[in-house]
Amino acid sequence: MDKEVASKILRTVPREKAFYFFTSIGNYTGASASSLKEFMERINEVNVKSVEFHLYRGDFEKWMEEVLQDVELAGEVRKLQKFNLAGDSLRNQLYATVSRRLKRLTTQFGLTGI
Amino acid sequence: MDLKILELLQADARQTYTDIGKHLGVAHSTVYDRIKRMEQQGIIKKYTTVIDAEKIGLRNLTAIMTVYTDPKESERVAEKLSQASEVLEVYASLSEELQIIAKVVAEDQNSLHAFIANAVAPLPGVLRIRTSILTRRFKEAQFSIVSDRKS
Repeated sequence: MDKEVASKILRTVPREKAFYFFTSIGNYTGASASSLKEFMERINEVNVKSVEFHLYRGDFEKWMEEVLQDVELAGEVRKLQKFNLAGDSLRNQLYATVSRRLKRLTTQFGLTGI
Repeated sequence: MDLKILELLQADARQTYTDIGKHLGVAHSTVYDRIKRMEQQGIIKKYTTVIDAEKIGLRNLTAIMTVYTDPKESERVAEKLSQASEVLEVYASLSEELQIIAKVVAEDQNSLHAFIANAVAPLPGVLRIRTSILTRRFKEAQFSIVSDRKS
């Protein structure tokens, strides 16, 4: 991976490409994330039901792969499904996974995360 | 007379002027003139076909979506929703928070969610959304002159 690819992953996407957090079908929490950094912050804030809902539907990995174009992170997030975690354990694991990735990308390429 | 004509048209909009005239004991030309006038005045908005979308397998799911909005943007949110083919009806509601209430149809839960996530949540001014998927219909009727006059 080069700096250009990392910058693309860390960019702020337009409103229509942002991730919108729901707790169930059609129930939008009002929280959204337009970048990986913002996504990481929201993970700690949103109702944990939202984290469970999206993780097991594969929504997070889809957004990471299709919008952020971070296949590696999408793969790591997909693996979390196998552990059958719920509640704060799931939230913490997801946060740690995203946080690790964000740190790696920012420090390796000297980027800011936004 | 006009109300009686409307009542008959609501029961069956395909009947002829002659049929209606016979029912009311007037000439078909009288019926014609009155219907044309009511069309021009916008009293009769249109003639349409009521389809049971579930029976033809196009729409299997109906939901009521409550969109909480920033008051400054609510008009625009309502207009945008009104343009979507998935949305059948749109209303504004006065309560503590400004709400836009819409009746939405979709093929299944995934389509419903995709529509709300991709087309409704990103609209500027949308604060949050609550959606209830309807499971059973007890009554569905259009406004009817007959029932209105009886009450």
